[in-house]
Amino acid sequence: MDVRAQLSMSFHLDKCIGCHTCSVSCKNVWTTRQGAEYMWWNNVETKPGCGYPLAWEDQERYRGGWELTPGGSLRLKLLKGPGKLRTLANIFFQPNLPTIDDYYEPFTFDYDNLFNAPAGDDQPVARPKSLITGEFMDKITLGPNWDDDFGGSPLYGANDPNLKGLSESQKQMLTQFHKLFYFYFPRICNHCGNPGCVASCPSGAIYKRGEDGIVLIDQDTCRAWRFCVSACPYKKPYFNWNTGKSEKCIFCYPRTETGQANACAHACTGRIRFVGVILYDADRITDTAKNPDDRLVEAMRDLILDPNDPQVIEGAIKNGVEENWIKAAQDSPAYNLFKKWRIALPHHPEFRTVPMNYYIPPLSPILHQAKGDQGGTYDPESMEFFNDVEMMRIPVKYLANLLSAGNESLVLEALKKQMAVRMYVRQNRIGDVGDAKVKSALREVGLTEQDAADIYRLVALGTFKERFAIPETHREIKSTLDPRKMYEKRGTIGFGTKKKEFIGRSW
Amino acid sequence: MGWNYFLYGILPYVFCTVAIVGTIYRYVANRYTWSSLSSEFLENKVLFFGSFPWHFGIILILLAHIFILFIPQGLFAWNSSPARLYALEISGLALGLLALVGLVLFIYRRLTDSRVRAVTSSWDVLVLIVLIIQVVTGIGNAVLYKWGSNWMAATASPWFYSLLSFNPKVDYIANLPLVTKIHIFNALIFILLIPFTRFVHFLAFINPLKYMTRSYQLVRWYDRRPRTEAIRQYK
Repeated sequence: MDVRAQLSMSFHLDKCIGCHTCSVSCKNVWTTRQGAEYMWWNNVETKPGCGYPLAWEDQERYRGGWELTPGGSLRLKLLKGPGKLRTLANIFFQPNLPTIDDYYEPFTFDYDNLFNAPAGDDQPVARPKSLITGEFMDKITLGPNWDDDFGGSPLYGANDPNLKGLSESQKQMLTQFHKLFYFYFPRICNHCGNPGCVASCPSGAIYKRGEDGIVLIDQDTCRAWRFCVSACPYKKPYFNWNTGKSEKCIFCYPRTETGQANACAHACTGRIRFVGVILYDADRITDTAKNPDDRLVEAMRDLILDPNDPQVIEGAIKNGVEENWIKAAQDSPAYNLFKKWRIALPHHPEFRTVPMNYYIPPLSPILHQAKGDQGGTYDPESMEFFNDVEMMRIPVKYLANLLSAGNESLVLEALKKQMAVRMYVRQNRIGDVGDAKVKSALREVGLTEQDAADIYRLVALGTFKERFAIPETHREIKSTLDPRKMYEKRGTIGFGTKKKEFIGRSW
Repeated sequence: MGWNYFLYGILPYVFCTVAIVGTIYRYVANRYTWSSLSSEFLENKVLFFGSFPWHFGIILILLAHIFILFIPQGLFAWNSSPARLYALEISGLALGLLALVGLVLFIYRRLTDSRVRAVTSSWDVLVLIVLIIQVVTGIGNAVLYKWGSNWMAATASPWFYSLLSFNPKVDYIANLPLVTKIHIFNALIFILLIPFTRFVHFLAFINPLKYMTRSYQLVRWYDRRPRTEAIRQYK
């Protein structure tokens, strides 16, 4: 057993209102630089939808993530066939690399014209201007949240790869306004246990930090081969076209190291985000990723160790995990949501990167298709308020494709538990559900009353400290910076070249 | 003495010294830029047809040049049969043309694509000029003066060895055709430019070779205590 600590973020999808405050705070802190304008280390997508970059979940096209070979070993999808030799063959041109057009061409508007246009018959307009070339653009054809709320078209939703396996009538719901379903899906880097980006980097520039599991790109070692961009199935490393380096979400480590919440999580108005420490067994990562699709999530839960188990604590101390980190792991919302209560699920576990962020599936509006005369299943006048989760708007199959590699029972479990907690709370506050019914609902899903109270406390009332159990790093002995170079990047964001090239190029 | 001695007897030392010192300096002081700024992200359609032919063509040609410079006897042994001489000359010319096609496409996209233009520095223009001169004169040699591999081994190689022994004998190449002399001098300029331009990126090939044998996953510990200072890996 090789016990390591990992910082993990969980997202309560039921509470996400798609306001993009997280994206904007992330952008303001990290990516307002030339070459990084198009990057959104944190972005929020409408699901069903094609996301950002467009259709990133389509791994037939981008070849991100891992696959199981017939021999049962793991291989990067990108390196199909000759394996690592393919890296050498494709080193001069990478066939699976997305281009700027798959994201969007970053733009600003010619605001100056609004003030300085000469008097004329027409209202002056601010034409879009490319931030790459500085030239006017004919029209803006894509953006970071282009299909937000479906973007006024059924096309984006209909091309969502997660719709596979849904019935025709369920797919038709996407085009019928009064039956429509959608929800928001915030995404950051998953800081995976078995990251594809690290495994694909020919320079060895990407690494996982041993102490907190954050995956970083060493900017001085990156040689711009761009394999990480292709190999990450979540498309979270981004290529900075100006500096020629890849960049990605750094989990705001300068903040977390001092015990502060990440910029995105701190800014979240819906308070949907939870950050905590989980302890995992690094010896078993590869074996975990080798499980068949339907057992992947269970295997990932097995990988997470119980922070109260004396053996685990002993192993953690032996590996240099500090006491405050172990304490944080015991109070960790991530551990509770994913492993203890089992209401959170990983995003696309079938990519086999063992993602370390978790999502609580949304309880969609219960009114499925109201009233029988619509061919509906639910009559609000004659049926009870808390109904069967299988009759909810968002098809369980869809959520399973998104969060559990198609295993519907895990999604149902998470939804039923949330429903049971709602019944428990309503019974406590209003008392119209019935004690016996609440008890049987809780028993059916395997929650105690204490669990239900704790879940309610965390996800509905959680204070800052409860939602973000982030231990401080012992910076007296641990530092990201080489002490000899620690002032080099003072006053800068830490990305980009530290000095000018000999003559000319600012690189 | 004279021009020939200056160009082919003195400048090679100057250029190589600048190249070696400059390259080491850049690696130590500014490793961040030890690469080539990729523009595939901005334009990938023309690049596909440019990059593959260029790189595979030029790398094989370059390896052949290095082989002939260092081991002329090997070349003579190979060329002792006419069939093998023809095969070598024809494949050399074919690879040269392949590289030329790639290079022309590179220049075309640098000129026409506004996004690529936005990331083009004046160094890049210089790089392309040096390369096109090199490839065109190389192909010119192959077409105008037959059996270049043989007489390269008989002229450039001894000149190269005389440089290595710090006793430059420019007579070996003083009477070569102008095209060939441009080709050789331009190669020296190429060496000179390595530390200043994106040419350094061909030295970064060591990283991918290391990748072949390393484990997939890398873990670094940022603990400053000596125990974990080195990069540690798990399987």
